[in-house]
Amino acid sequence: MDAKTLYDAADHFLLKYTGLSLIKGLVLVVITLLHVAYATYAERKVIGRMQQRIGPNRVGPRGLLQPIADVLKLLTKEDITPDCVDRPVFMIAPFISLVAGATSLAVIPIWQNFVVANVNCALLVILALSSLSSFGVILAGWGSNSRYSFLGGLRASAQVISYEIAMALALVGVMMLAGSLNLIDIVKAQINSPFKMFAIPQIIGFFVFMVAAIAETNRTPFDLPEAESELVAGYFVEYSAMRFALFYLAEYFGMIVMSMVAVICFLGGWYGPFPIPGIPFFWFLVKLYFLIFFYIWVRATLPRYRYDQVMGLGWKILIPLALLNIVITGLIKVLA
Amino acid sequence: METLVFLYLAIVLVVTSLLVVTNRNAVHAVLWMLVMFFHQAILFLTLDAEFLALVQIIVYAGAVLVLFLFVVYMINLRTELNIRNFHVFWPVAATVSIVMGVLAVEAIKDFKAGPVVGDMTPEVIAKVGHAKVLGKALFTQHILSFETAGVLLLVAVLGAVVLTRRIRFKGDEV
Repeated sequence: MDAKTLYDAADHFLLKYTGLSLIKGLVLVVITLLHVAYATYAERKVIGRMQQRIGPNRVGPRGLLQPIADVLKLLTKEDITPDCVDRPVFMIAPFISLVAGATSLAVIPIWQNFVVANVNCALLVILALSSLSSFGVILAGWGSNSRYSFLGGLRASAQVISYEIAMALALVGVMMLAGSLNLIDIVKAQINSPFKMFAIPQIIGFFVFMVAAIAETNRTPFDLPEAESELVAGYFVEYSAMRFALFYLAEYFGMIVMSMVAVICFLGGWYGPFPIPGIPFFWFLVKLYFLIFFYIWVRATLPRYRYDQVMGLGWKILIPLALLNIVITGLIKVLA
Repeated sequence: METLVFLYLAIVLVVTSLLVVTNRNAVHAVLWMLVMFFHQAILFLTLDAEFLALVQIIVYAGAVLVLFLFVVYMINLRTELNIRNFHVFWPVAATVSIVMGVLAVEAIKDFKAGPVVGDMTPEVIAKVGHAKVLGKALFTQHILSFETAGVLLLVAVLGAVVLTRRIRFKGDEV
């Protein structure tokens, strides 16, 4: 084998595997990062409006440059590591959170021809990664060597374990209706179904999934791991500057990924009432933005649950409901 | 390429397992175990068992390890206790380990892969997906063992409920 064929083979390999998915992945991550930045802005603005305030309005027109100013501030701040922390664990925890949240993007199809990795078991990949994101929180809580962080970490571990079960069980109904774990196949099955989305036949599953997704991403009303008024800020109380920002990033990444999964599995993905020429993923984005708004809306409306209520809701209501949903779906599938 | 991947996985698996056992800090040991589980999942992936690989991460890394961490937190085990009683046994332990190692090597030397049972060939798995093939096999050919395992797990769940539930008799204070 001479040098030319070797070069061609390497080139082909790069183009076919790494190059394409790397570029796709990069595009996806950058766009999602921008979405994360402006999700914080949208959140502050929307909550401001709901609470009769204006929200950020100083940096740029209507405060539109606020997220950029925030990022600059966080980047230039001093990164403090307290003395008595477990250094390696303290350092690595934010990265575990963020990586687990962001990696799910790799298997989520924005459109039937745009997915970084079209995996057969994509739904399981998402469940696996969402279960890993709890590690960041738990380890941050322990590694910080502080009581408030520790309490936050403990709460997070219990909460995430309980709600993960409900979430996975809620998705089982979707798997049964679509007969596949591949997300593209799931969307195609929805387009072929009479209602065009699984949210209507799987209404119980959709409800359970949305509640569990809010709990899984530690958002209000299930933000006990970081309850500001009881635990100061919970698991990331000892973090500062960029490491603190990484936790925030992970939370918003989790929120966006969960919304994407809900759009794909329950709301029909990129399918819409009429096609928009040139932007095949238009309806995907519309549904995604609505769900993100829904998250913010819930946060502005509902007060925080008490800890035993959270556990009771998870184990005594959501899991039995999800199981009931599976039984009903199975019966309908057998009888129809 | 495949051998390289396998070599990497094998080395990391052995090294991380050793780190899990030898680490004095329980939380660090759990973390090394997380790394180990990941590499184990990749090993399953190289064997075309994608479903198994993902279940490995969901169940072991996502649930079992978090429970481990929970337990470690509860008993507040910052560093391992240094108990004298366990130290006197180390010559015996070393002998047993060496003998087991030799036995394992001898057993693996004559290892022959069995014939493919059913339709679990790489081609079929690539076409219909591992989850479907595995599910079909589990619910048709191996239904008895599957149901037995299910009943056993149910018994274990009931046992856990009985153990943790406070039993109140008539006349007892709460």
